Amino acid sequence: MVASLATATATVENYDYPITDRFVATVVGTPLGYEADLPKSIPFKKRRLEVFPERELPDLIWYGREMIYSEALQKRPAPLIFLIAGTGASHNGAKNVNMARAFYKAGFHVVSLSSPTYPNFVSSASSTGVVGHAQNDAEDLYRVMEMIWKRLDDKIEATSFNLTGYSLGAFNSAFVAKLDEDRKSFNFRRVLLINPPVSLYNSISLLDRMTENIPGGEDNFDVFFDRLVAGFSEVYKEQDEIGGDFLYEAYKAMDLKDEELAALIGVSFRLSSGSLVFTSDVMTDFGYVKPKGLELDRYADLTVYDQVVLRLGFTDYYHDFFYPFYKAEYPDISRDEFISAVSLREISDYLASSEKITVMHNQNDIILEPGEIEFFNEVFGERATIYPFGGHCGNMSYRDNVALMVSTFTEGAP
Amino acid sequence: MTSSVFRAFAILCFALLTACSSAPPPKPQAYPEPVFAADRIIPAEAVNVTTVYDPWEGMNKRIYNFNYHFDRWVFLPVVRGWKAVVPSPARAGVHNFFENFRDVRTMANSILQASPTKLAQSTGRVLVNSTIGLFGLIDVASSMGMPKPDEDFGQTLGHWGVGTGPYLVLPLLGPSNVRDGIGLYPDFVLQNYIQGDLLAQPVRATAFLFDSIDTRANTSFRYYETGSAFEYQTVRWLYSTKRKLDVEK
Repeated sequence: MVASLATATATVENYDYPITDRFVATVVGTPLGYEADLPKSIPFKKRRLEVFPERELPDLIWYGREMIYSEALQKRPAPLIFLIAGTGASHNGAKNVNMARAFYKAGFHVVSLSSPTYPNFVSSASSTGVVGHAQNDAEDLYRVMEMIWKRLDDKIEATSFNLTGYSLGAFNSAFVAKLDEDRKSFNFRRVLLINPPVSLYNSISLLDRMTENIPGGEDNFDVFFDRLVAGFSEVYKEQDEIGGDFLYEAYKAMDLKDEELAALIGVSFRLSSGSLVFTSDVMTDFGYVKPKGLELDRYADLTVYDQVVLRLGFTDYYHDFFYPFYKAEYPDISRDEFISAVSLREISDYLASSEKITVMHNQNDIILEPGEIEFFNEVFGERATIYPFGGHCGNMSYRDNVALMVSTFTEGAP
Repeated sequence: MTSSVFRAFAILCFALLTACSSAPPPKPQAYPEPVFAADRIIPAEAVNVTTVYDPWEGMNKRIYNFNYHFDRWVFLPVVRGWKAVVPSPARAGVHNFFENFRDVRTMANSILQASPTKLAQSTGRVLVNSTIGLFGLIDVASSMGMPKPDEDFGQTLGHWGVGTGPYLVLPLLGPSNVRDGIGLYPDFVLQNYIQGDLLAQPVRATAFLFDSIDTRANTSFRYYETGSAFEYQTVRWLYSTKRKLDVEK
């Protein structure tokens, strides 16, 4: 896999992010001492929004009626930026919080949204309950962004609207930006895509296949899991608390090989896609892992379903849930057409011509097929910044990256 | 104070237990097989790595649900009020003050666990913080880099080989197990005893209240906010694993 790095892409020179291994970077992130200097505490407040007042949820997910998001607002007129989280991540996950700190410090109003693949978003803000459809997800995001701005309009003054997201959130941002060209509620001034997939299906296939790296195969998941827990435990027992460099210390102590790190990434991806898929199944009563018609109440024992979704990939969801679900709506579209539509290539003309959109990516990102990184240079040209390493979003808190993130939006600002 | 709180817990637990056992058994009914049925997907010899002994799951989930509502309508509004009214340095002082008592708890349990290192560490902290730290209001010990072991009676029982017993969600307090739940009582009695010597009666009564508010204010966990339907079992596994490690630590 690593050999595929030898391509002609021009990458940023003199880049001192310390982790050159793609898997280590993805898991460990940015070690202490290399992070941007950001305020520890900002007024990052949780908010609840009723997106579909008429919606009735099954009792099992009764708590998911209101969409939860966060905001950090300036006291004076300022540009506003929306943040969209990556696959399965929430509005207050570590990466969004870190971005919020950076933008708040730089003088922005910040509104932070969960990924449409976060269970709370699925139950409260997805119009269908079945996410992963590029246009639908963009519509859902746009709806909540409009509703949030309607709430804020008489409270604050926004001098401009801006948008960014990482991973799947970057992918979503591209489609939201496109949608905004028609709807014009925001007329985004700048849009930044951080480590987006090109084809969503390719990326989730790569992530799904990472579980094949479990030593001895998937049937030995329990042995691998025990080894990980044992490794984490050793580090935990040495330290007073989990934080700062915990993951880095754990990685060093366990001496994990690349295959094991890949397996770890695959397992964590599976955990988040598992809760997503189950939420969609319960919401729509599709009959994917829960028998159709069976009503589970809020106290029901879910052990069996937890075990089943852990053994399914996100690609299974696309083939056996997503596609059949939407086929009813679009009977003429084939499975392959459906899958290829969930791709930035679908809107590459727009991305190529839209000066407001820029991209930050890593040459050794693990969610891209060999050669897919070329898409960004070809389509975005000068508007693409490709770092030589950083894995998937591992360098997002690194000081150079944060500096570019912020300057993307502050440069030339009115 | 002590006995009334525990009696309220006991009554609530009992009410929830009986409420749960009187629920009618689900009617057997045939449903169409889902796309991925468990008996085809899960191999017979599969090991569930996150299993925790939880025979009272029904009751526990009801208490979990109760805690959410208590949090939402009582506890968290009070915490927000606390944060709004009391300036941050004062809140830090209150927090340190109660943490100093927790260091005393660690001292006592270090003796019970026959651990001279932890005893020395916690005693050092209490001595420094109670004097230079102005009766515990300033955490001088941590600024000096003194390690802060954290031992309670549940861990002491675990240290001497007492098993956890079934998983238990405690009203207001959240995830626990029978062993740790029982362990709360001696720790509480000890704290009351020491505070009884140091604090006047009205102060002691309110101290319990402020300790609870301070603890909630410093616990970021929010019920149901992961949005995952599997949150209950994830929290159960994380709690149990953490406690196991804390006993070994």
